[in-house]
Amino acid sequence: MTQASKIIEISGLNFYYGKTRSLHNVNLDIHEKKVTAFIGPSGCGKSTLLRTLNRMYDLYPGQRAEGTIAYRGHNILEPGLDVNMLRAKVGMVFQKPTPFPMSIYDNIAFGVRLYEDLSKGEMDERVEWALKKAALWTEVKDKLSKSGLSLSGGQQQRLCIARGVAVKPDVLLLDEPTSALDPISTSKVEELISELKQDYTIAIVTHNMQQAARCSDYTAYMYLGELVEFGETDQIFMNPARKETQDYITGRFG
Amino acid sequence: MSANSVINTNNPVYKKRLLMHRIGIALSIGAMAFGILTLLWILATLLINGFSALSGAMFTATTPAPGSEGGGLANAIFGSLMMVGISTLVSTPIGILAGIYLAEYGEENKVAQVTRFVTDIMLSAPSIVIGLFVYAFYVANVKHFSGYAGSIALALIAIPVVVRTTDNMLRLVPNSLLEAAFALGAPRWKVAMMVRLRAVKAGVVTGVLLAVARVSGETAPLLFTALNNQFFSADMNQPMANLPVVIYQFAMSPYDNWRSLAWGGALLVTFSVLGLNILSRTLFAQKAPK
Repeated sequence: MTQASKIIEISGLNFYYGKTRSLHNVNLDIHEKKVTAFIGPSGCGKSTLLRTLNRMYDLYPGQRAEGTIAYRGHNILEPGLDVNMLRAKVGMVFQKPTPFPMSIYDNIAFGVRLYEDLSKGEMDERVEWALKKAALWTEVKDKLSKSGLSLSGGQQQRLCIARGVAVKPDVLLLDEPTSALDPISTSKVEELISELKQDYTIAIVTHNMQQAARCSDYTAYMYLGELVEFGETDQIFMNPARKETQDYITGRFG
Repeated sequence: MSANSVINTNNPVYKKRLLMHRIGIALSIGAMAFGILTLLWILATLLINGFSALSGAMFTATTPAPGSEGGGLANAIFGSLMMVGISTLVSTPIGILAGIYLAEYGEENKVAQVTRFVTDIMLSAPSIVIGLFVYAFYVANVKHFSGYAGSIALALIAIPVVVRTTDNMLRLVPNSLLEAAFALGAPRWKVAMMVRLRAVKAGVVTGVLLAVARVSGETAPLLFTALNNQFFSADMNQPMANLPVVIYQFAMSPYDNWRSLAWGGALLVTFSVLGLNILSRTLFAQKAPK
């Protein structure tokens, strides 16, 4: 595998929920236009780590991060950083599909309108482009004015991915994006991830080991808030350096 | 031989549970029947006495003078519509905006917590107190009763209802939906207005309709503010006729045609309120948030 450039460099990251420390000195690099998977048992801090990358934790007083997360060389943990512009660059898709209570079209256009002043025609094109990227276009092209809530769970999740892609971010964070989906929808989303990495850097949290093995280029195994092992996915799954990793991926633990 | 012999329905624990179940169901049905029968009784009395009073004249003629024949409720119906309408126009934006403020900042901010507490007190304040308050600070100062004063009193009663339902509805919106909007980089006000409020639009409209239903039957606050007017008047700055006060005065009068009009007015108010309630419930049932 060729060495890609680092887009996010995490160093000495600690995270606190009030007084509880839930990430311990995490050091990790995320490579551009690659898929990085975070695996580990529940409560190991993988979602917490993901949520520091777009400063989602900022919404909740009492949660704070220490250390540095350099995004293209700039520390995003600095006070005074415009989190809205950061989130425009670092998008996120959640575990449960979260379509907004508006039409399919407006679900996609909502994010775009926050940053771009497009004409009707340009917006139509963007919506179509994003829905095609998320492999949803053929299923919804005749009902763009219908509510996003009218779609099935798998379609809703692809709508959320399209919504994230539509603002043309740099990085996409996927927090267990398929855990609420059936196997067919899951495989569609996984195909999508391989498609999307042509243009985007992707970080994905997953409980599904096969998913991490199938979709990702790099894998991080976390346990109890610490990064146990990080490396190329093939190496982590075929020949892990640490015994704990070996135990987890072979199902002897976790 | 029934299948019951195979599955042993004689299990004593099960029998006891079944008995408790039957007692519970019987008590619930009894309570429900009591509530429904009371309502039906009221509606039946209203229909019997009020239906005969319903006529075209009720909607076209004004309230009759003492001793005169016939007459209608046109001035009172118009006055009620005007005052309830204006109070709704005033209380809806104030109530919704205050509800948004409470839902957004209610957990973290002292001012919001105090506002929520005061709103709860206002919600249960006797309406006559609201009427006296408006009398003291408005009517006593301008030195005459008026439709505006009535609208203010009704708005003061409606605002807490709208605030509370808006606040409650908004707090039902799951955090995950808000996070999804924040994750696109949307500023807080946009998330609040375009995602959170939209998600519970039907619930908020229900709150407004319930507030309208609540104020359209209020009598006490209007006694001290709009008073009444025997004639047709569209001047909001003058005393204004309205259904509740006319019902109150006519029902206790010695004239047959007055009492009959009071029944007719009561029927009208009751069925408008019932209609509004049914409308708001069907609206809410259709578009309840998922």
